[in-house]
Amino acid sequence: MWKWLHLLAKPDRLYRLCGQWLPWLAVATACTLAFGWGWGFVFAPPDYQQGESYRIMYIHVPAAMWSMGIYAAMAVSAFTGLVWQMKMSDLVARAMAPIGAAFTFIALVTGSAWGKPMWGTWWIWDARLTSELILLFLYMGIIALYHAFDDRRAAGRAASILILVGVVNLPIIHYSVQWWNTLHQGSSGLLQQAIAPEMRIPLRWSILGYLLFFITLTLSRLRNLLLLTEQHRPWAREIAHQEIKK
Amino acid sequence: MQRILLRELKIAFRHRAEVINPLWFFLIIVTLFPLGIGPESTLLARIAPGIVWVAALLASLLGLERMFRDDYLDGSLEQLLLLPTPLPMVVLAKVFAHWLTSGLPLIILSPLASLFLSLNFTGWWGLVLTLLLGTLTFSFLGAIGVALTVGLRRGGVLLSLLVLPLAIPILIFASSAVDAASQDLAISGYLAILAAMLVVSVVLAPFAIAAALRVSLQ
Repeated sequence: MWKWLHLLAKPDRLYRLCGQWLPWLAVATACTLAFGWGWGFVFAPPDYQQGESYRIMYIHVPAAMWSMGIYAAMAVSAFTGLVWQMKMSDLVARAMAPIGAAFTFIALVTGSAWGKPMWGTWWIWDARLTSELILLFLYMGIIALYHAFDDRRAAGRAASILILVGVVNLPIIHYSVQWWNTLHQGSSGLLQQAIAPEMRIPLRWSILGYLLFFITLTLSRLRNLLLLTEQHRPWAREIAHQEIKK
Repeated sequence: MQRILLRELKIAFRHRAEVINPLWFFLIIVTLFPLGIGPESTLLARIAPGIVWVAALLASLLGLERMFRDDYLDGSLEQLLLLPTPLPMVVLAKVFAHWLTSGLPLIILSPLASLFLSLNFTGWWGLVLTLLLGTLTFSFLGAIGVALTVGLRRGGVLLSLLVLPLAIPILIFASSAVDAASQDLAISGYLAILAAMLVVSVVLAPFAIAAALRVSLQ
């Protein structure tokens, strides 16, 4: 495998690298989200059918997209950890799990809030909503499995297997609006081509903003998990001593 | 593999109570619904497919623990891992043997469940076919969960949390099929999808189960 990947497998190096990237990513996240949401909520034109209430799209759509994207990233991380036996890879998947669960929850709640005025109902058991709810249950199961093991490395390996088993849900969610008759609207095409440009551009900025947000949170959680799992190592104790001295 | 199958059946026969308890559970659940909802037979017939399938899934879930737990506790699971036969094949035999003692008896009890819930004859026949395909799929999916949690102290509820989301597609298609069958509509499409899920599970799940057993046993 590539050399840089194996260099990342050293915990203290990974910790320092995350620490270097984190401030830049946090600033980029704040700017991108402020720009995308600011444009979308204030300057984008109202919809001809939905009026102003379509603007929840700028919260709902990126959250839903990345709820699936994060699971895919976890699956890649789990596969890497299982095949190349990288413990850091398992730790990255563990870092991403609660973030993905939170995004899924946001997608479900904002979708529900959007559905009440538009469809007349808070919830319906159509294919898209049901499969997204199943995704939430899968995330919860993965997090529960991490916590159930005493040995953290065994927990990482077991959860990796579970993540790979559950990845079959991702194409089901994505193609649910094509395969079934759903109340949830259909696909807007590749790169949201069916949406008007004045609404599409702030949406794309929001999507980018959510991606940066996810990466920022993942690196932050990864640093915490690294300190937790390697707390007995000299480099971690060094950091703890410096914090105490402050 | 044949010897593993026969060994499992012999052990199950010696612990008949463990095998029969989930079946009683199935019947009790099926009984609870008419008692809770009311005895009106048209209403029961409409919701019978869902009730029978949910009860079947819960009863199968109770029986799943038996698959690897006793072997893990007395060390024979490690011996199974050390056999010259590839572990996925060993697992295939074990899961199939487990299904013979958990899913197949449910099919035998299905006429009774149909009677309690006023399901008609064509509906019952659809139930038999869907149970045949669905419970075997569920045994394989459930085995993945059991293999992941066999080493944990209190793995029971966690097992339900892991396995039931994977079983939701089976539930959706199977109960729709029984519903259609009870209205004398064709169900070959539903059965085809259930059979496809079964084939994918039989082919891929043994590898996941084997990997999970190796993780749980080191």
